[in-house]
Amino acid sequence: MTNDLLKYVLRRADSELVLGHRMSEWCGHGPELEEDIALINISLDHLGQSRSLYQYAAAVDGEAKTEDHYAFQRNERDFGNFLICELPNGHYGNTIARSFFYDVHSLLFYERLVHSADKTLAAIAEKSLKEVKYHFRHSAEWVIRLGDGTEESHAKMQEAIDEIWTYTGELLTDDELDIEMNKQGIGVLNSSLKDAWYNKVEAVLNEATLKIPEGAYFQTGGKSGIHTEHLGYLLAEMQYLPRQHPEATW
Amino acid sequence: MSEEQLQRDFQSKLDAEIRIEPKDWMPDDYRKTLIRQISQHAHSEIVGMLPEGNWITRAPSLRRKVALIAKVQDEAGHGLYLYSAMETLGEPRSKAIDDLHSGKAKYSSIFNYPTLTWADMGAIGWLVDGAAIQNQVPLCRTSYGPYARAMVRVCKEESFHQRQGYEIMMELAKGTPAQKAMAQDALNRWWWPSLMMFGPPDKDSKHTAQSMAWKIKRHTNDELRQAFVDKTVPQGEFIGLTFPDKDLKWNEEKGHYDFGDINWDEFYNVIKGNGPCNKERIKARRAAKENGAWVRDAAAAYAKKKQNKSTEKAA
Amino acid sequence: MSNTNDWPLWEVFIRSKQGLNHKHVGSLHAPDAEMAIKNARDVYTRRMEGISIWVVESVHMHASSPLEGEELYEPANDKIYRHPTFYDIPEEIGHM
Repeated sequence: MTNDLLKYVLRRADSELVLGHRMSEWCGHGPELEEDIALINISLDHLGQSRSLYQYAAAVDGEAKTEDHYAFQRNERDFGNFLICELPNGHYGNTIARSFFYDVHSLLFYERLVHSADKTLAAIAEKSLKEVKYHFRHSAEWVIRLGDGTEESHAKMQEAIDEIWTYTGELLTDDELDIEMNKQGIGVLNSSLKDAWYNKVEAVLNEATLKIPEGAYFQTGGKSGIHTEHLGYLLAEMQYLPRQHPEATW
Repeated sequence: MSEEQLQRDFQSKLDAEIRIEPKDWMPDDYRKTLIRQISQHAHSEIVGMLPEGNWITRAPSLRRKVALIAKVQDEAGHGLYLYSAMETLGEPRSKAIDDLHSGKAKYSSIFNYPTLTWADMGAIGWLVDGAAIQNQVPLCRTSYGPYARAMVRVCKEESFHQRQGYEIMMELAKGTPAQKAMAQDALNRWWWPSLMMFGPPDKDSKHTAQSMAWKIKRHTNDELRQAFVDKTVPQGEFIGLTFPDKDLKWNEEKGHYDFGDINWDEFYNVIKGNGPCNKERIKARRAAKENGAWVRDAAAAYAKKKQNKSTEKAA
Repeated sequence: MSNTNDWPLWEVFIRSKQGLNHKHVGSLHAPDAEMAIKNARDVYTRRMEGISIWVVESVHMHASSPLEGEELYEPANDKIYRHPTFYDIPEEIGHM
């Protein structure tokens, strides 16, 4: 039971950490100064959520672990984040598409998680939900502007949507752990979010004059630690200092 | 009103410590000096995001990571406040940024040094932000209202920057031998460039006298530099680090530290564009602008479409 | 070089807490009002400085000229009847 909860908390934390890390790579390189600031805010929110979750994981784990242990001392196969979170930033449209799909999921997920029987998770969900509403607004507004902006931006945005679409299936399916945690009243079934997710995504894409990709095959694996090749590099960069100086504190 | 009368009114405001506001009459050179100084200051904040941004993805703990990101974000915010103050003088931000990218406008040369190790995040926060605060606090009383108000915001927010830098240094200095060596090495590399941040010695500074008369600047370069040294040296000694200056010692008589000669050749060379990272920094800023062009254009096009639609509706 | 697609400038006003006026805090660039409000939230309320934001495109701001200061503001100097202390109220009435 503890083990299940730990794993469940960790993989949500991993998603937030990995996406927050990716967003932070934009720092100083955004398309406009104001947008730099917005992206950094969102990155900080994701990282903040990951910290709350890792800290809770440490409490559940009970082996005197810290948030940093989970972030810096685990290997690729231990990470349970959604694949979509680890995709490289690409151009601004890719980053926006990635965030948009994830934000819609988070919004629906946290809306339900606030009712979790696990009081800590419910509290984290409540705090996160406020942030996620803003993230969704940010990414959706940009999907609309890029989709319905210029011809060039429309093409770029459609391409980004098509490319990333294959990673959205994972957001809406359950594995054994999801099912078990839901049975215990702690977790949320991703599959229960499916209709709402499609409706929300479709509404925004319609307004953006973009098409929903059809008949796609969906990549999965993130939750069981089977990742894209990108994650290894991300972790190598992120973890190198603590791993190089295992006895140090920072 | 005659030009002479306007000039007299302007001077009497300065004498009475009354702020000059955007629509007030001001001498052309005052306006130009302000545009130059404020835009340089804004550029420094923006370019300054890069050397620290370089370590965001490698920060060694989650706490350090979010603190560093928040700090770099503040720099973007400060750049924005300052551009905003500059725009009240009639200079568009896009023009100032073009001047930065073409090399016509300057920024603080300290950001042309590379950040090689994690300890550089400590050294930058402690020394570079320390020097910046020394420079900036008096600017909260600068004579141009929007600039002074921007600086009040900047200074209020900046207070955490130096503390987070010093905390990084402190942690390293009391850490493993490798960490301590990292901290010492960072101090060795950043100390002299930090002293250069106050600009050339008073005797060689071509702008100081006029800027002081206009109360844009409130202290000379050398005064600020001395105050910085006096404040910083005990902080470094407290955590057991050594300053890379054999002439550095307390002068009981003067009540100040004496310190060695600054290598002004290096300073002028970095300003001229020969610093280790000048080209990279500008290249990164240009790339951000160029890669973002289609995004900015899209948003502008969308806004225009929306506007047209709402006028059609109204008609 | 600068082009016509540069985002326009917006003036930002923030109400720091319920019961206070919105106060001018600075400006920023944004393509439209929606984005201007979002950007203002990110730029000017990073430390919880605000609960309400107004944005006005800078070209729509009209300002008095400082040289007209005398005509615009000095007449108010002698309209002291606009100030409550102009009126004598017996002390027994207390605060009014």
